[in-house]
Amino acid sequence: MRAPPLLALRGVSKRFGVVQVLEDIELEVRAGEVVALLGDNGAGKSTLVKVVSGVTPADKGVIEWEGRAVQIKRPHDARDLGIATVYQDLALCGTLDVVGNLFLGREIRRYGFLDEVEMERRTRALLERLAAGVPDLRAPVVSLSTGQRQTVAIARSLLGNPRVLLLDEPTASLGLQQTSEVLDLVDQLRDRGLGVLLISHNMGDVKALADSAAVLRLGRNNGFFDVNTAAQEQIISSITGATENVPRRMASRGDEW
Amino acid sequence: MADKTREGLAASTTGPRQPQRGRAVAHAVEGWATEFRRRLRAGELGSLPVVMVLIAVWITFQILNENFLSPRNLSNISVDIVGTGLIAVGIVFVLLIGEIDLSVGSVSGLAAAVFAVLNVNNGVPEWLAVIVAVLAGTAVGAVQGFSFARTRVPAFVVTLAGLLTWNGLMLYILGTSGTINIDEDGLLAKLTTYYFTNDAAAYGLAAIGAALVFLVSYQDMRRRETVGMPHRSLLQIGVRAGALAVVAFAAAYVLNQFQGLPLALLIFLVVVAGLDIVLRRTHYGRQVYALGGGVEAARRASLRVVRVQTAVLAISGTMAAIGGLFLASRITSVSQASGSGVLLLNAIAAAVIGGTSLFGGRGTTWSAVLGILVIESVASGMATTDTPVALQFMITGGVLFAAVVIDSLSRRTQEAHGRA
Repeated sequence: MRAPPLLALRGVSKRFGVVQVLEDIELEVRAGEVVALLGDNGAGKSTLVKVVSGVTPADKGVIEWEGRAVQIKRPHDARDLGIATVYQDLALCGTLDVVGNLFLGREIRRYGFLDEVEMERRTRALLERLAAGVPDLRAPVVSLSTGQRQTVAIARSLLGNPRVLLLDEPTASLGLQQTSEVLDLVDQLRDRGLGVLLISHNMGDVKALADSAAVLRLGRNNGFFDVNTAAQEQIISSITGATENVPRRMASRGDEW
Repeated sequence: MADKTREGLAASTTGPRQPQRGRAVAHAVEGWATEFRRRLRAGELGSLPVVMVLIAVWITFQILNENFLSPRNLSNISVDIVGTGLIAVGIVFVLLIGEIDLSVGSVSGLAAAVFAVLNVNNGVPEWLAVIVAVLAGTAVGAVQGFSFARTRVPAFVVTLAGLLTWNGLMLYILGTSGTINIDEDGLLAKLTTYYFTNDAAAYGLAAIGAALVFLVSYQDMRRRETVGMPHRSLLQIGVRAGALAVVAFAAAYVLNQFQGLPLALLIFLVVVAGLDIVLRRTHYGRQVYALGGGVEAARRASLRVVRVQTAVLAISGTMAAIGGLFLASRITSVSQASGSGVLLLNAIAAAVIGGTSLFGGRGTTWSAVLGILVIESVASGMATTDTPVALQFMITGGVLFAAVVIDSLSRRTQEAHGRA
């Protein structure tokens, strides 16, 4: 028997008013595995991320953490489990500086007051490990470049030593150099045993990085693929809807991937 | 009142201290120059513009009337600023989360009315009446804050409704009595009439303030040094604390030339310094700044947004009530006109003129002090030179407009800085 997946979604549904955004979603993320979440615009990828990160809790379905059902009602719950998220819009506080953003909501205190020295020291150490240049840790985030902000957002997600990382289009706004830096980082994190859920539109990234791919279409599962063996055309036709894969229960599919 | 944005400076600090003195000085000057240029480019002017405006205002009125900078007048200004200044400190909190509180004028009037009716009309002891009046402000603010946070109706609208409601409540409480005179020898009146006539009080406060700033900076420097992080040199810290000491001792000297340190000013400065520490050194304050930088981002960072927003409006209500009591103390009476007129506008203008951003997330409580100093200096200067009140409004309006333009421009510069 394999160990239960770190994170598993079983029949998760989410409705905004009359719109059924997610219906009966199945998904598994295992430790040391990068799962690509693919789908056209409006397929429900970002909503799925927000469900798992507790921003918009699911209406129905079960989220399992290491095989047992858990409740994720607030961002706090997800963080306590060890789920960290880099949102598509980064969700940084523009007027706070880099250190302030990294430690927002989990400030280090000393005699009851904020310990700026220790927070700055850890920020510096973390950013140096990411091998990315952020020149001024005390500059408000709004004055950083897009790539630097992305680095800050990723650094923040890694701060609490998470076990599952959700990345919502982490490379969409980056140049070539920065994109490859981010992809290298994701590779490192997988080697360190993190489970990564990677949303991307870039099939090149997915091919290079992901172990498996889950396709969403119109809020439903539309196929699971082993990225190493599946043909790119097959995945793309699943994204666009040229092939309507019948949503299958992952549990019934055995251990083929 | 020196520039307190320590974090901003900390970033571009110089390395370990140079062995030679001359080089150390050159190094420090160079560091400041670079820092200043960086701030100018990044649109972080801080309190520089308002200090320049204040100096210009003082020079202008001193030329027009040689008594303007007399110890007597400056001492009076230092008491005049307290009432509205305390209200402005509350406004700073609200502006920091990117909202505005229009009810502070009415709340200050309400608190004064509560005090007067309890104490004068019903014989409640003064200390108890003060506590009840302040708590009334807290409660009013909390109610407004909670309804704004829960319904997500902009605070602007909630407090606009509050402006009318609390003004109505004040008139109802005052009833037909109209003006109520407060005991001129009582506790409340003492708030603005008591002076520490001993010279040591003013000098002591100046010394303690400068010493605390030096010690905290020094402690910070030592810790940074031990973990090998960039830090400011001893010279930089010394010069900063020294500059603050010069300003503080000059102020103390002037106050001692008249009647000494006013109790009201002491309370004002202690409150401002205390709330400055709350804002910039505590977990709670960090949440306030975070909300101004993006409510949704704060929520996703698992901050309890409703709680923080409610608390901010409660603080604003509390400060409005305290400010209202000081205003009542200054004129030793409460009337139906209490808390009306330009009070609300002056309080908001003070916060903005002092450099607190209307867009949220930028500013300190010290900006309320600087802003109200400008406004009260203009008012006092107009009075001493017999200038019509119409002109006073126009000048204050012009200063406010300039402050808003600077705020907006520096925000745009910051964002453009990011795209580069």
